[in-house]
Order: sequence, then structure tokens, then C-alpha cells
Amino acid sequence: MSALIVLIAASLMVAVGFLIAFIWAVKNGQFEDTHTPAIRMLFSSRRKNTENSS
Amino acid sequence: MTDLTDQIKPVAATKTACYHCGLECKNDDIAIVDKVFCCNGCKMVFELLDTNDLCQYYDLNENPGTTPPEAAFDKKYGYLDDPKVVEQIRDFSDETHTKVIFTIPSIHCSSCIWILESLYRLDSGISQSRTNYVKKQVTVTYQNAETSLRKIVMLLASLGYEPEINLETVSKKVRQKSRRSLYLKLGIAGFSLGNSMLVSLPEYLSEGGSLAPEHARLFAWLNIALALPVFFYSARDYFISAWGSLRHRSLNIDVPIALGITTLFVRSLVDIIFLSGPGWMDSFIGFVFLLLLGKLFQEKTYQNLSFDRDFKSYFPLSVVRKQGREEETVALARLNVGDRIVIRNNEIIPADSILINGDGWIDYSFVTGESAPVLKSNGDKLFAGGKQAGGAIEIDVVKEVSQSYLTQLWNDDTFTKHSATRMDTIANSISKYFTFGVLAIASAAGLYWWFHDPALIINAFTSVLIIACPCALALSVPFTLGNTLRIFGHREFYLKNTAVIEALAKISTIIFDKTGTLTDTSRTAIEFVPTAGAADLSNSEMELVKSVVRHSTHPLSRRIYEALPVHIPITEPDKYDEITGKGLEAEIGGQTIRLGSPYFVSGDLDDQNYWGTTVALSIDGEKRGGFSIHSEYRSGVRQLIAALKNYRLWLLSGDNDSERKRLCNFFTKDDRLLFNQSSFDKLDKVKELQSAGETVLMVGDGLNDAGALKQSTVGLSISEDINTFSPACDGILGAGHFRHLSEFLRFSKTSMTIIKISFGISFLYNLIGLTFAVQGVLSPLISAILMPLSSITVVVFATVTTNLLGRKIGRGLV
Repeated sequence: MSALIVLIAASLMVAVGFLIAFIWAVKNGQFEDTHTPAIRMLFSSRRKNTENSS
Repeated sequence: MTDLTDQIKPVAATKTACYHCGLECKNDDIAIVDKVFCCNGCKMVFELLDTNDLCQYYDLNENPGTTPPEAAFDKKYGYLDDPKVVEQIRDFSDETHTKVIFTIPSIHCSSCIWILESLYRLDSGISQSRTNYVKKQVTVTYQNAETSLRKIVMLLASLGYEPEINLETVSKKVRQKSRRSLYLKLGIAGFSLGNSMLVSLPEYLSEGGSLAPEHARLFAWLNIALALPVFFYSARDYFISAWGSLRHRSLNIDVPIALGITTLFVRSLVDIIFLSGPGWMDSFIGFVFLLLLGKLFQEKTYQNLSFDRDFKSYFPLSVVRKQGREEETVALARLNVGDRIVIRNNEIIPADSILINGDGWIDYSFVTGESAPVLKSNGDKLFAGGKQAGGAIEIDVVKEVSQSYLTQLWNDDTFTKHSATRMDTIANSISKYFTFGVLAIASAAGLYWWFHDPALIINAFTSVLIIACPCALALSVPFTLGNTLRIFGHREFYLKNTAVIEALAKISTIIFDKTGTLTDTSRTAIEFVPTAGAADLSNSEMELVKSVVRHSTHPLSRRIYEALPVHIPITEPDKYDEITGKGLEAEIGGQTIRLGSPYFVSGDLDDQNYWGTTVALSIDGEKRGGFSIHSEYRSGVRQLIAALKNYRLWLLSGDNDSERKRLCNFFTKDDRLLFNQSSFDKLDKVKELQSAGETVLMVGDGLNDAGALKQSTVGLSISEDINTFSPACDGILGAGHFRHLSEFLRFSKTSMTIIKISFGISFLYNLIGLTFAVQGVLSPLISAILMPLSSITVVVFATVTTNLLGRKIGRGLV
């Protein structure tokens, strides 16, 4: 009995953690522009590469 | 008639592409080592990037650039030094920093993002720049002490990324209709749904009471806890909308939804708290989750497109006013009647005025769609909206900006009245019957049990309300139409929202504009029309013409030169004279050739009005005829008109009726072709047809169609480049897909049929559910299976059928 309650409490806490993370991400504007960051990610790595090589 | 277009040779494919922008280079003159450029502008951008070590720009994409305009930027952006203007444009500013959001239509590839985010390396005053590719916006933060707005705009423009700064940028607060709240509602509903299903599962699996009662109680109470945020936050919009609808004494689709979910929630609460039952909370949460998912699906918006532009989007923020010899920049709002203003090359005339000084070459393409510039001389009246092509002119303002011929269209009722909901959506019209039907069945069931077993009254009554909740009904519309919207979008047919699809399915009359809509202004045909009785041009006459126009840089001369056959030889003229704004005069081998405006060529006053479309020709003082330049019809227009035979078709053109004969080939009813129509005539015609009970689709392109586009049930704007120009409308159709219009219309009807079939499916499920409900034996298990099953069937059916049928659009014709 008590094991079940502990397990449910634990699973709910994990779920709530993810919910909070999601709410934070939305409020932070992470869903506003889903296209540009995907492209931007590629630049920085390339720039470092060229700077290192030159 | 000689059709010269057939004789133009295709350009040899061996020409090199500009290293910067990819345009074809005329020759290899402009080059740095092995890199060839099409113009000096492109070369300068390359040099700038090269010296700043920014050539990664060219590594990311091949020929990523756009050709920078060749204007004198200094004067053009002078008004950006005015603190008042800066204040209007900027997003945020403090003592040291200013943040500005620019809209830059020319953003088109990853190189653009990269260079725009590397701006700080070109101007040390810029602390940060962030690009939003989808919205085509760049947010620039700069230090006030080190740089200025004008410098940044000039830098952007010189790189080929000229930001859009116009009256609209400042007059309208940027609507940031964020989808954040929908994401949050959906996220919370999803969280609750997942956990609720988890804690509800034991109840369903424990047939015969294998679940300990204390566990069952715990799970039920957990369900309540999970349902509370869904009821009070996620589902909030449905209650607000339903309440608003009831207050207006109407029943929209949200009324039965709100009724259903409230009953479901309250009944579950009562069941759990007072009757120690398991409740239906998982069904309730799942229902809200699916509804919100449908909403997300339906609210597909095209962030980079603007559907509500008016003339303000094309007018500048300020103009250069001349007082005595002083030139000053003045905000457009403070421009008065009687002011003398200076309009430079490529600038727009902001108000009706009179030309005082300079040669006016006015391009009215924004207004009429016709791109050939019209010559105006001193004292002529100029209408607002025209664009000067050529040197600077001075004009006197005779009417206020808002009272000008073009702009007063926006004072019409059509624009000022609030656009009430123009049509009953299919879901709303059905929900009227639905709500009453459900209430009737619920009451009947309640009444029945009143006489047979009063203990079951409440149970049966609420069960009916729960199971008949129009879940599938509410989902079929957003999923079908949302998907249709997306299918259209893939074919460059962008609609404002899903309601437009429903309206498209009901169209009975289609009105076309001619110039720019049926015709393609970028493709002009040129033909020589001899004077009555004269013969076509002989080879030797063509030689004379070709030799003369070769020396002129005027666009019309270039056009004629290119149209003349390549094999015609050239002789050097003995005498050559170009009279600006009038024409060319030359002597070759003793023959005098005059080419230009009909009045200049013939000296005949009657010929004065023909400039713009005809270049007259005389040899030795004898009229030979003229080169007529006109736009060609878009490919597929004939097939399109034929395919639309079930609609009543009209043509409203602002031009004269010289094309009537050609158009009669397409249109069968001659009396529905109207010419010389002003923007007001077009608007009135739409109103007239509407009062005769027609649902009107207006297809246009220019600002002169703006009134008709707004007034019509659906206004579609044809656009060569969907990112640049379109007046207020319900949808933007890429010019390349114009010929598929009939298929789009047919598919919107198909979508409505799909919705109706989906309704049928959901009613079938409802019938099954109702047989349980009226008996008062609706167990949570049945409800938990039946409700999601019906919703998912409908969603899958709607999505799959629209996708399968939508694939056919535009096939075989491209």
C-alpha cells in the first residue's frame, strides 16, 4: 500500500518537473521561432572550425 | 502585324552567374580575380565582406546575395536622424542602448541569417542582432553613442537587406498575437491527461472489485486534482466564447461544447465526492486535450505574410519639403496642402499633387498594376501612389494624404465599419440544431425515467449531455480545414484563416481584374502595328530602327532593340539626337528616322495621349506605325476560364477596352466585361452583385482593387512574389499557381463534403452512446472508450482523406 503511494508521488513529481520545465520554455519564448535556431546552431560550430584551422 | 516576340533568341546559357547574387552577368567586366559580378553594387558588397573577413557568407550557400539598390542612401534615409522618427520606429530604448525590430523581406537563406547576425563585425556600435527567419525580422540592439539608426539602415541597405520602413510600421502597434497561451493550455491538458489515464487504468482493469477501495478513492481524488487546472485554465476559452454567444442570443459550436464539458466535470465531481464512484475525469481531460489540439491545428498562420495592408504600407514615413532653397525632412502627417516637396527616383508620391519642375515618369503599378511609366510634364496632375522613375521632380501638394484620389477609398464604409462575422460557419449553423436536439433527447430520457425509476432521472439526463457532447463534431472542422489550409499553402495559396475555405466553397460569382491579374506585367509582348494601309516593316526598315534604338538607354528603346531579329545588321547613324521625354531623331544614309511619343513623331495633337504603350515610328516624315507594347496573358488563363464555366464570371478592368476582342476569346458573356472601371466602380459593382444575392470572389492585385477585395466575400490577391506586395485580402495566391484556381475552388468544396461525412460518422457513434445513456447505464469504461474512439476516427478520416484528395491539386498541369 505505502509503496504504491510513494511510487505515485514520485512519478507525479517527475511529471510536474517536466510540466514546469515546459511552462518555463514557453514563457521564455522558445516556441516563438523554431526555425532560425536550427540554422544558427550550424554556424557557430563552423565558425570555430574555420578559426581554428586558420 | 508582325509578332516580334517569336523572334527573340533565347539567351545563351554560357553566361556566368554573379558570384554575389547569382544573376546573369552581361559580360565579365566587373570582376575580382576569378569572381565575376553582375553590377558594381554586388562587387562592393563582396569587397566589404572580404575586408571584414566575412566571406563565410559565400560558403554557406551559392550566390546568396541580393542585388543592392543603387540609390543615394544619404538623402534617402536622412529622416532617420530625426529623434521623433527614431522614437516611432524603435522597440525599446534607454540612455545608452536602443533596440529596433526591422522587417527585411529579402531574407531568404541561411547565409542571410549568418550575415545579419554578424553585423557587429561591420559596425562596432551594434551590440547584438538576432534574426527570426520565419517572420523575416531582425532585432538589432545598438549603442546610441557609437552609431545611429540611419547608419544601420544604410549598412543593411548597402548589403542588399533594405528594411521595410513605412507609415504602417509606426502607425500600427505590432500585433504580437502570441500562441504562448495556447501552448500552455495544451501542455497542462496533456500533462493532466497522461497522469489521469495512468491512475484511471486500475479501475477499468479491476472487474470484480480486485482494486482495494482505498486505492480507488485515492485515484479518484487524484483525478479531481488533475482535472481542476484543465477545467479552470485549459478549457477557459470555450466558456468565454459560449457565454459571449449566449449573450448575443445565438448558439455557436462552443455552447454545446461548454454544456458537455461542464456536465461531464460536475457529474464526475458529484460521483466521486458524494457517491464514491470513479467519475469520468479522464474522458473530460481527454476531450479538452483533443479540442485544444484541433485548435492548434486550425490556427496555422503565415507569420511572414500580411493580409491587412493598406496604402500605409507603401507610403514613406516622411518626405523632403522644399521651402525657398532649404530642403527639410518632414513627417508625412505634417504635410499640408500647398507644400512643395521633392520626389526622387523610386520614391512614391504621397498625395495628389501638381508637377512643378522636372520630367515625371510616373509608374502607377501599385495602383493599377500597369508597369509602363507614364510621362508627365509641368502642370500635370499626379495621383498619389505613383512612383517616380527617373530624376528628381518637384511637386506641389493639392490634396491631403488621406483625401487623395487613391487614399480616400479607405474612407469608404467598407473599411471603416467593423467587419462583423461575415458568414455562418458550418459548425455554428449545425450546433443550433444540435444543442436543441441534445436537450430534447436528454429531457425525453429524464421524463421517461420520471415515470419508471426516478432514481435514474439525473443519471440519464446528464449521461445524454455527456455522450452527445459534440467532440467529433468540433474536431472534424479544424482538422479538415486546417489540413486543407496547409495543402493550399504548399501550392503557394495562402489563406488568412480556415473560415475563408468555407466561404470559397460557397462562391457563385468570380470577378477578375485584368492588368496584373489575368496579364503578367513582367512579360510584355511587343508588336509592330503599321499605320492603316501601310505594309509591315521590311528588313531594311528594321535595320534603320535597330541602328537608332541601339544608341538609347531608354527602357522602351532597349525593349524594341531586344525584340528585333538578331540577324538584322546595324549601321552607324550620321546624326543622332535623343530628346528626353519625347523620343529619338536620327539620320542614316539620308533617311530621317523619328521614334518616340506619337505626338513627337507626327506633330499631331490627336496623338498626344498614346504614350506609354506605343512607340511611334516615322521614316522621312511619313508615319509608318508604332511598336505596341502590352502585357501578355498568363499561361493557362484560357483553360482556367473554361474550367470555371459553372461560375458567373466578370471582368472589371481599369484600362480602356482595346483588349475587349482578345478577352472575348476567353469569356463567353461579352456584357460582363467592363472597362475604364475606377476603384470605386469596382467596389460598387461588388456591392451591387452582393445585394443581388451573389457570393463574390474578387481576384485582383493592385491597390485599385483594394476596395473590391475588402468588400467581396472572399478577396484574393495575385502576387508574383508573395513576400512583397499585396493589398488587404483574405488570401494571397502565387502567380505561378493562378491557373490552378479552379482546382482550389473545387477542393474547398471537397473539404466541406469531408466535414459533412465526418459529422455523419460522429453521429453514428453518438447513437451508440445514446442507447447506453438513455438507459442510464453509461459506465465510465464505455465513455472512456467511445468518446476517444469517435474523436480519433473522425480526426484520422478527415486528415487522411484531405491528404489523399489534396495530392491531385495542380497535378499534370505544372
